[in-house]
Amino acid sequence: MDYEIYDLGLIDFEKAWQFQKDIFLKVKAGIYPSALIFCRHYPVITLGRLARRDNILATGDELKIRGIKVLEIERGGEVTYHGPGQLTVYPIFNFRYLKKDICWFLRQLERVIILSLADFGAKAGQRCGLTGVWVEESKIASIGIAVKSWVSFHGLSINIKEGDLDNFRLIRPCGMDIKMVSLENAAGRTIQIDEVKDALLDKFKQIGGLDDKSSFASLGRRN
Amino acid sequence: MIKVVLPPLGEGIEKATVSYWFSKEKDKVNEKDDLVELATDKATFNLPCPVSGTLGKILLHEGDTAHVGDTLAEIE
Repeated sequence: MDYEIYDLGLIDFEKAWQFQKDIFLKVKAGIYPSALIFCRHYPVITLGRLARRDNILATGDELKIRGIKVLEIERGGEVTYHGPGQLTVYPIFNFRYLKKDICWFLRQLERVIILSLADFGAKAGQRCGLTGVWVEESKIASIGIAVKSWVSFHGLSINIKEGDLDNFRLIRPCGMDIKMVSLENAAGRTIQIDEVKDALLDKFKQIGGLDDKSSFASLGRRN
Repeated sequence: MIKVVLPPLGEGIEKATVSYWFSKEKDKVNEKDDLVELATDKATFNLPCPVSGTLGKILLHEGDTAHVGDTLAEIE
């Protein structure tokens, strides 16, 4: 089983959102078995379905001056920030080839991220009851997905560049008082976004599930 | 009359919040069309309409908590 791989580079969130939806329809229709979309976003704040607007701490004027839009989207989760120093990944996966279990899917995404970050010497892990990937008490990667007709969209963001963390102070990420950390900080060196993309591609290919049929690895990779 | 029931969404997910109804009571609905969206803390899930018909009574509204096995609505 193959999956399509796209790298949209630095792209406006709304353009990538539309691209996701187009690919989603192709995966749903069976034209593509599944797809993996990589991109980075210009600064934007997104609100998940259960988000509270008062978790945006900045005023409307402050956001306007910074040119940061606020978008309500259909993923799960609270408020988050996306910026060019993150790598954002949208796995458009058809659960026909996976275990039909949303929790299992979230845990598998965390495993892919943790193994990828380990390539850079970062000791990241899971925290019980708190979806996402953490370095000690700080969050390094956020996850929020939507599943429609048992096809996933939206996905995960990894904080890579230290310089892009400042904008998180504009919100209460995930509706909590948590600290965000970058991979550059955790690894103690400068890291190129493409290095992380390559690590993720490798781990999506490698990682197994409960059995071969229900693993990400069974989706394979199109070269 | 067919009941629309919240199916199991995965181990550890026992409940979800009704986040969006795509149709309202008395609307015609088609099998497999999106009917209702449920949200957990990190995922949303669209439940398709199980049969074609008319959406009858909505038992759990947007903002309500639904447990696995709960009836969300009836299709006539």
